[in-house]
Amino acid sequence: MPESQSRPDLRALFLGFSSVGLSGFGGVLPFARRMLVEERRWMTAEEFNAQLGLCQFLPGPNVINLAVVVGKRYQGLYGAIVAPLGLLAGPLAIALLLALLYDVYGSLPVAQGMLRGIAAVGCGLLLAMAWRMGMAIKEKRWFLPFSVMVVGAIAGLRWPMPWVMLAGLILSGGVAYWRLGRK
Amino acid sequence: MIVVQLFLDFALLSFVAFGGATALLPEMHRVVVENHHWLDDATFTHLYAIAQAAPGPNVLVVTLIGWKVAGLAGALAATTAMCLPMSIVIYLLIDRWEGFAGKRWQRAISLGVSPLAVGLIFSGATLIAQAADFGWAAWLLVVATVMANLRLKLHPLWFIAAGAALGLAGLV
Repeated sequence: MPESQSRPDLRALFLGFSSVGLSGFGGVLPFARRMLVEERRWMTAEEFNAQLGLCQFLPGPNVINLAVVVGKRYQGLYGAIVAPLGLLAGPLAIALLLALLYDVYGSLPVAQGMLRGIAAVGCGLLLAMAWRMGMAIKEKRWFLPFSVMVVGAIAGLRWPMPWVMLAGLILSGGVAYWRLGRK
Repeated sequence: MIVVQLFLDFALLSFVAFGGATALLPEMHRVVVENHHWLDDATFTHLYAIAQAAPGPNVLVVTLIGWKVAGLAGALAATTAMCLPMSIVIYLLIDRWEGFAGKRWQRAISLGVSPLAVGLIFSGATLIAQAADFGWAAWLLVVATVMANLRLKLHPLWFIAAGAALGLAGLV
């Protein structure tokens, strides 16, 4: 079984995760995997999957969580701070630059049209993502009703999300616990 | 103070962000546009579009909302609030993860969360459509994007570029 090759220092962690942040459009997780496993070989594919488990289990931006985990693994607390900073610094600067441009030119009809076009595409990408995730769910007749309930409560009734999620987790998680026990 | 309020609101949201920042769109809209009136519908949609067009993690939309609400301090406060709480939790938990990975309750939560995330992301899409007040041409683009994205293996950047070009030409 191949061992992970090298032990990155703080600088390498910052730069490695910067490259991930700056190359990712529409979800950077695949880029993180490529950098960690294939390009720099800081971890094997098995190690990557094992660590990703908790990052996906917990709420919050998965890829930030992953940067914390990888940073901690190689450089302890400092690594856990530097890796997510590297991931965010570049994209943050670009986003703020775009925000400045928006403040100046955002009211022009050309800019409004462009943003409208991107928003429409973004809406389509979200729908496609929801569709794919929905199709990947097993035992749809047990679980898809919970998706419908969330849409009703969040998009329809506009209930506060923390309560909806709490109730949803108890109900949907309860059904999942029961179904898991049957096998 | 608005920055403190922003920080507290987003820190609370980070605990229910199953599915990442994308799943939070409807709730961010509810808090920022409907409750506090910090932004209007049009600005919210525009910030979403800008975040789509920029490279980086999806969490950037949070940064942009913070920026528009309270400038640089707001941008940093919102981003930190979204990332820091779970980063601390994961820092403390990762060494014990193997101890509870695969346990029945852990798998039940993972399984139970995914249909909720589907509902949240779908809600986010309907919300963007509502807030942007799409006309028929924009809806056509939405449908075309869904079909193309599900059938072709194209990089998302191509879709963004096409949307920007069509919008720039005044067609959407």
